[in-house]
Amino acid sequence: MSPIIKLSNVSKSFGALQVLDGISFDVHPGSVVALIGRSGSGKSTALRCMNGLETIDSGEIDICSHRLGTTVEKGLLRALHLDVGMVFQSYNLFPHLTVGQNIMLAPRWVKKSAKGEARERAMEVLSRVGLAEKFDSYPEQLSGGQQQRVAIARSLAMQPKVMLFDEVTSALDPELTGEVLRVMESLAREGMTMVLVTHEMAFARRVADTVIFMHKGRIHEKGPGAMLEAPSTPELAQFVGNGL
Amino acid sequence: MLTTFQIQALLVGALWTVGLALVAFIGGGVIGLLVAVTRVSRHRIVRNLSFLYVQIVQGTPLLIQMMLAYFGLSLLGYDLPPFAAACLAIVVYASAYFGEIWRGGILTVPKTQWEAAECLALSDAQRFWLIIVPQALRLSTPPTVGFMVQVVKNTSLASVIGVADLTYTSKLINNSTFQPFQVFVLVAALYFVMCFPLAWWSRKLEDRLNVSNH
Amino acid sequence: MAYQFDFSFLSEYWPELLRGLWLTLKMSVLTIVLGFLVGTVLAIGRTAHSAWVRRACGVYVEVIRNTPLLIQMFLIYFGLASLGLKLGANFCAILSIVINISAYTCEIMRAGIESIRKGQLEAAQCLGLSRLQTLAAVVLPPATERVYPALTSQFILIMLTTSVVSQISAEELTSIAARIDSITFRSFEIYLVVALLYILLAVAVRGTFWLIARLVFPRLRRLGTPL
Ligand SMILES: Nc1ncnc2c1ncn2[C@@H]1O[C@H](COP(=O)(O)OP(=O)(O)O)[C@@H](O)[C@H]1O
Ligand SMILES: [Mg+2]
Repeated sequence: MSPIIKLSNVSKSFGALQVLDGISFDVHPGSVVALIGRSGSGKSTALRCMNGLETIDSGEIDICSHRLGTTVEKGLLRALHLDVGMVFQSYNLFPHLTVGQNIMLAPRWVKKSAKGEARERAMEVLSRVGLAEKFDSYPEQLSGGQQQRVAIARSLAMQPKVMLFDEVTSALDPELTGEVLRVMESLAREGMTMVLVTHEMAFARRVADTVIFMHKGRIHEKGPGAMLEAPSTPELAQFVGNGL
Repeated sequence: MLTTFQIQALLVGALWTVGLALVAFIGGGVIGLLVAVTRVSRHRIVRNLSFLYVQIVQGTPLLIQMMLAYFGLSLLGYDLPPFAAACLAIVVYASAYFGEIWRGGILTVPKTQWEAAECLALSDAQRFWLIIVPQALRLSTPPTVGFMVQVVKNTSLASVIGVADLTYTSKLINNSTFQPFQVFVLVAALYFVMCFPLAWWSRKLEDRLNVSNH
Repeated sequence: MAYQFDFSFLSEYWPELLRGLWLTLKMSVLTIVLGFLVGTVLAIGRTAHSAWVRRACGVYVEVIRNTPLLIQMFLIYFGLASLGLKLGANFCAILSIVINISAYTCEIMRAGIESIRKGQLEAAQCLGLSRLQTLAAVVLPPATERVYPALTSQFILIMLTTSVVSQISAEELTSIAARIDSITFRSFEIYLVVALLYILLAVAVRGTFWLIARLVFPRLRRLGTPL
C-alpha cells in the first residue's frame, strides 16, 4: 500500500533558526502517527508544513496526491485543505457564530452544500463528538473540552482524508483532556488517517501505530508505540522519563 | 499664481487659527479638567449636571455652538469681536471632549493605585489630585493629543461667524481669484502642517504607552 | 438686560424646520452607509499584502484626517466647478462628507480587523475558505462588532458634521435655519431651537444604532456580552 503522506528530506528555517533539518517519514492510509518531543523541537512546524501553513525551504511533501514543494500556488492549497483537516491547540472556533454555524460554514461556503444537507451533516458530526445538544450554543458558553470537540467536529464535517492535531489537549484542564482523547481514539478506530502532536504519552502508546520522537529538528527515533517503553536513545529515555 | 500679498494674508489667517487653537487647548483644558472631575464626583447632582453638559455639547454641532455664542454674546449687550465668540464656543466644545477623555483616564487608573493611595496618610482630595489625576492624564495623553488635531481643524468653523482665520481668508481669496485648486490645496497643506505633527506625536505616545504596559 | 425672547417664528416655520431635520437625517444615513462601505474597503487595503496598497490607503487617511472638512468641501465644490463640472452643491457635500468619514471609519475598522487573532485566519484557511470568504465570514463580522461603539460615536459625529454643508448652501437643517434667520432676524432663538433638534437627532441616532446592533449581531442579542 502506498503512503498517503510522504515527507522527503524536508527542511525549514525561520531566519537563522533551523527548525526542521531533513525530515523524512511516511504515513499510510488509516494509520496514526504521533509526533512527540520537547517544546521547540519542530513538531508544530512539521505539522504546519504538511498543510501549507508554512512553506518549506527544501525537500518535498506529498499529501493526498498533492505535492508541496518550496513554492506553493494558492489553488493547490485550497484543494489540499479539502483533503486535510487540522485541529489547533487553541480551538480557534469562530466566536461570533454558534456551534452549528461554525460547523456548517465551510460545507456551505466551500462545498456549496444545500442548507438542509449541511445541517444534517453538522448534526451527525456533532453527535459523533457527543455534543448534539449544543448546536445552538455559542463557543464561549462551552467548556474548553467541549470547544475542542466542536473544533474536531467542524473539521470532520468537511470529510477530510487526513487529520492533523496539534497538541489539542494542551490548553485543557486535566479533567477535560479525557473527553477529547476519547473522541480522537474513536476516530482512529474508525480508520481515519491521523498525524498528531501530543504530550499524552499513554495515549500515544495506546493509539499510535508509529511514534516519532523529534529532537532539534530531526527525527531522533521512530518506531511502534512500544518503543516508548524501551527507548534506544538517551534523549528519548530522558524525555519519556520526564513525561511519565 | 497667488500674489505675495495673498500668501501673506493666508499666513496671517493661519496665525489666527493657531491663536484660536491655543485658546481652545488652554481654556478647554481647564474647564475639561473640571468636567472630568465632576463626572466622577461622589455627589449625584454634580455628576448629573456634568453629564448633561457633556451630552448637550456633544449632541450639537460646533457650527451651531459658534452661532449661539456669537448671537448670544451680542444679546447680552456685549459688542465683542467674532473672535471672542469663537473662543467661547470652541472652549466649551473642547472642554466636553477633553473632559470625557480624561474621565476615561480616571476610570482606567488601576484599582490597586486607589488602594495603595489609601495606605498613605492623605486626605481624599489629596489622594485624588496628587495620585489619581496625574496618572489619569498620563494614561490619556494619546487621545488628548489626538483630539487636539480635531480642535485645530475645527477652528475652521469660526470662519462662519466672520473670524478672519485661515479658512475665512482662503474663501475671500478664492472669491477674487477663482483659483480654487491653488488656494485650497495650499490652505489644506497649511492645516496639514499644523495637524500632522500632533497626529504623529499622539501615535508615538500611544506606542510608548503600549510598550510600557506590556 | 431686558431681552425679550421671541419664538413666535416657530408657528410659521416649524414645517420648514422639520423638513430640515428630515433632510439632515437623509443626508446622514446616506453618508454613514457610503462612508462605512468605503472606509471598510480602505481598512482592508490598510491590511493588504501589497505594500503599495497599504501605503496609498495610509496616505489617503492621513491627508484627510489632518485637513478640515470645510476646506475639503470648498476644494471639491469650487474646484470641480472651476473645471466646468457642475455637480450641484448637494452632491459635492455628500461626496466630501463620504470622503472625510471614510478615513475615520477606515482607522476604526482597521483596529477591529487587527484584533482578529491569526489562529482564526488559519482555521478558516484550513477549512478551505478563500481569502475573500475568510474576510466576509470570519474577519469582518467580529471586527465590526468589536468596534461598534466607536463606530456609533463616529457616526453621530458625522450627523452633526452635516451642518457644515450649510457653507456651500445645500439642503439641510442648518442652511434652512440660516434662511429663516435671514427673514425673521431671531438668530439666537432659531439656533437654540436648531441645537435642540440636533440633540434630539443625536439621541435618536444613538438609539437606532443600539437597535441595529441587536439586529445584526445575533450573539450580542442572545448573550448581551461584548465579543
Ligand atoms: N513563525 C515563526 N517565526 C519564527 N520562529 C518560529 C516560528 N514558528 C516557530 N518558530 C520557532 O521554531 C522552533 C520550533 O517551533 P515549533 O515547531 O512550534 O516547536 P514545537 O511545536 O515542537 O514546540 C521554536 O524555537 C520556535 O520559536
Ligand atoms: Mg507546538
